[in-house]
Amino acid sequence: MIEEAALQFDVTTAIDIILMIFLLISALAIVVMRHLFSIAMVSGVYSLLSAAFFVNLDAVDVAFTEAAVGAGMSTILILGALLLTSRREKITPNRSAFIPLIVVVVTGAALFYATFDMPNFADPNSPANTDVGLQYIQRNYDDIGVPNIVTSVLASYRGFDTLGETLVVFAAGLSVLVLLGVSSAGRLTGREDET
Amino acid sequence: MSAEFIIGHYNYWIIVILMMAGLYVVLARGNLVKKLVGLNVFQTSVFLLYITIGKVHGGTAPIEIKGAYDVVYSNPLPHVLILTAIVVGVSTLAVGLALVVRVRETYGTIEEDELVEADLVAEFGEAGKT
Repeated sequence: MIEEAALQFDVTTAIDIILMIFLLISALAIVVMRHLFSIAMVSGVYSLLSAAFFVNLDAVDVAFTEAAVGAGMSTILILGALLLTSRREKITPNRSAFIPLIVVVVTGAALFYATFDMPNFADPNSPANTDVGLQYIQRNYDDIGVPNIVTSVLASYRGFDTLGETLVVFAAGLSVLVLLGVSSAGRLTGREDET
Repeated sequence: MSAEFIIGHYNYWIIVILMMAGLYVVLARGNLVKKLVGLNVFQTSVFLLYITIGKVHGGTAPIEIKGAYDVVYSNPLPHVLILTAIVVGVSTLAVGLALVVRVRETYGTIEEDELVEADLVAEFGEAGKT
C-alpha cells in the first residue's frame, strides 16, 4: 500500500498540487474583490494557471486553446464590456448572502460526497481510461493516419460535433452583432449624459 | 483514509471548492459582469475535472510516436470534449457581455437590485419602490 502511494507521488503530482493551490487562491480572490478591472485580470490569471495545469496533465491541445481563448479572448471581452459599463461593483448591504451560502454548502457537500466513488488520480484502470478512450488510441493510426489523436477525434470521428460547435459559435457571433449592432453605435458614445 | 486515497482525490476536492466559489459569485453578487466572471470560474473548474479524469499515470500527450509500442498515452477523449467546451464557453460569455452592455444602455446600471427596482417602479409607479 505504502509502495504504491510512493509510486503515485511523482513530479506531475507535485506540480499538480502546487498549481491547484494557486488556482484556489485566484478563485477566492475573485470572490472577495470588488474592483471589476482587477477581477478581469485575476480571471485571466486563473485561465492561464488552468492552461499550465492542462500542460502538466498531458492535455496540450486543450492548454493552448485555453491560453489563447480563455486567458486572451475572454479577458479582452470582459475589459471591453467594462469600458462600456461600470468599473466598480457596488456594495449592496441589503442583499442577503445567507441563502446563496446555504445552497453552495449543500451542493458542495453533495459533490464532495460523490468524489469518494471516483477512481484515484491518474489511475490507468479507471473506467474512463480503459474503454472508449483506449479504443481511439489503438485504432487511430490505421483509421485516420494522423499522429495527433485529439485532432483526428475532433475532426474525423466526432466531426459532426465540431460542426455543431461551429454553428454555436456562428449563432453567438450573430447574436452579439444583433445586440450591439449599428443601431447602438451612436448611443454608446453619449452614455455619460444618461446617468 | 490512506495517503494514497488523499493524493488520489486531492484534485477532485479542490475542483469542488473552485466550482462552489464560482457558483457563490453567480448567486450572491448582484453585479452582472461579476456574475459572468463567476460563471467562467465554474466552467473552467469543470474543464479541470474532465482533464483530471483523462490523466493516465506515466502517460504522455496523446500524439502518436511512430514505431514506439511501449508508450503510454493519456486519454484523448476528455481533451476533445473540453476543446469544444472552451470555444462554446467563450461564445456564451460574449453573448452574455453583449446583453450586459445593452442592459447598461437601457437602465443605466448593471446591479441586479437596482434593475429589479427600476422594473417595479416602471410597472407600479412610486408604490413599487422597496
